[in-house]
Amino acid sequence: MIERMTETTLPASLAEIRDEFLELPEPERLQLLLEFSNELPAVPARYEGHQELFEQVLECQSPVFIAIEVDDDRVAMFATAPREAPTTRGFASILVQGLSGLTVDEALAVPDDYPDSIGLRRAVSPLRLSGMTGMLARAKRQIRAKRHSS
Amino acid sequence: MTVEFDTSSPKFAEYAEPGRLVTGEWLEARLGQPGLVVVESDEDVLLYETGHIPGAVKVDWHTELNDPVVRDYVDGKGFADLLSSKGISRDDTVVIYGDKNNWWAAYALWVFSLFGHEDVRLLDGGRDKWIAEGRPITTEPTVRERTEYPVVERDDSVLRAYKDDVLAHLGNPLIDVRSPEEYNGSRTSAPAYPEEGALRAGHIPTAKSVPWARAVAEDGGFKPRAELDAIYREEAGLSDGDPIIAYCRIGERSSHTWFVLKHLLGFENVRNYDGSWTEWGSAVRVPIVTGDAPGEVPGRS
Repeated sequence: MIERMTETTLPASLAEIRDEFLELPEPERLQLLLEFSNELPAVPARYEGHQELFEQVLECQSPVFIAIEVDDDRVAMFATAPREAPTTRGFASILVQGLSGLTVDEALAVPDDYPDSIGLRRAVSPLRLSGMTGMLARAKRQIRAKRHSS
Repeated sequence: MTVEFDTSSPKFAEYAEPGRLVTGEWLEARLGQPGLVVVESDEDVLLYETGHIPGAVKVDWHTELNDPVVRDYVDGKGFADLLSSKGISRDDTVVIYGDKNNWWAAYALWVFSLFGHEDVRLLDGGRDKWIAEGRPITTEPTVRERTEYPVVERDDSVLRAYKDDVLAHLGNPLIDVRSPEEYNGSRTSAPAYPEEGALRAGHIPTAKSVPWARAVAEDGGFKPRAELDAIYREEAGLSDGDPIIAYCRIGERSSHTWFVLKHLLGFENVRNYDGSWTEWGSAVRVPIVTGDAPGEVPGRS
């Protein structure tokens, strides 16, 4: 039942990422997370020196900051996280790549438990994964807030 | 086979057990030596993959040292399986290092000690100091031949304290190594860490506040003996022969302090309360004190 609901509401971008992880044997999933970590895009120049535009994800043990833009009903997500925190960077990168470009409704329909569905619970541990759940919740909250102000 | 101690450092020579630490220089010169296994243990489960000391294996506190179901460590068989798969033998010299000034490295060392692995040491200053000194790092996967580590049951009676042990211990020295905000009750987790896992805030009655980082020098290594004595003996009032329990939030920062008290300062009876604040702060009807003063032992009824 839950499976089916997830299928119908999960955008293709995040479904693809999930499938990429699930296709790998567990130990190799960490390598894929590392690849995501290395791919975290730099934030646009207009954000440099503007820490106040970011929200800290307090659920993560490392300093990770996110920012959301809603422009013409399209979501763009940006994030910064230190190189010394590759796991957190990887989580941020998955959400940045998965949420950016979606419509507001598509992004808000992403299941809150998406982080639990990508096969990392054992490889990364539930406690660490809760950081990603917090990141998704904060991103969706910002999207909701910015939909009305955009 | 045991590797000789690092006797190159005048700082180490002052400690109660100088052999419990190694310098980067000593370790770099011995990488690959038979009988020596280097272990990286980090807070971040992927940090090892971004680059590690050549030949080092990773041991993750969360996914490997903890039991996946019960809040406990792996048992004797689990530990034997883990160390066998890492290619570690019972008589190997194990040198552990990690991020965050060796928090998790000290935690791993403490868990290895629960299983009586005799020769386990820390790389002074951990991962950051090794990198800052420009020493080699590689992403080359480490391949070690599987070993047959014996099944040795964990002995929790000497180095580990449970909640009931702490209750019975009240009146004897307790060291709270968390941040001042966690100690006085304004937070339940370290600043910049998620608020999680405890329903009440404050500290265990009579515990002295000595944040773990006070044991760390500017270069990321441990402070010299005289400075540590000033903090723990003069300021916190610990004396030889005292039974001591250290705690934090989940037992990792207090492993760092446990290492200092046990191996660097030579207190014989030091236990780590790994249940720490996430247990005490949620347990029903245990005494708690808020504010900056240690407080009194509550009357027992």
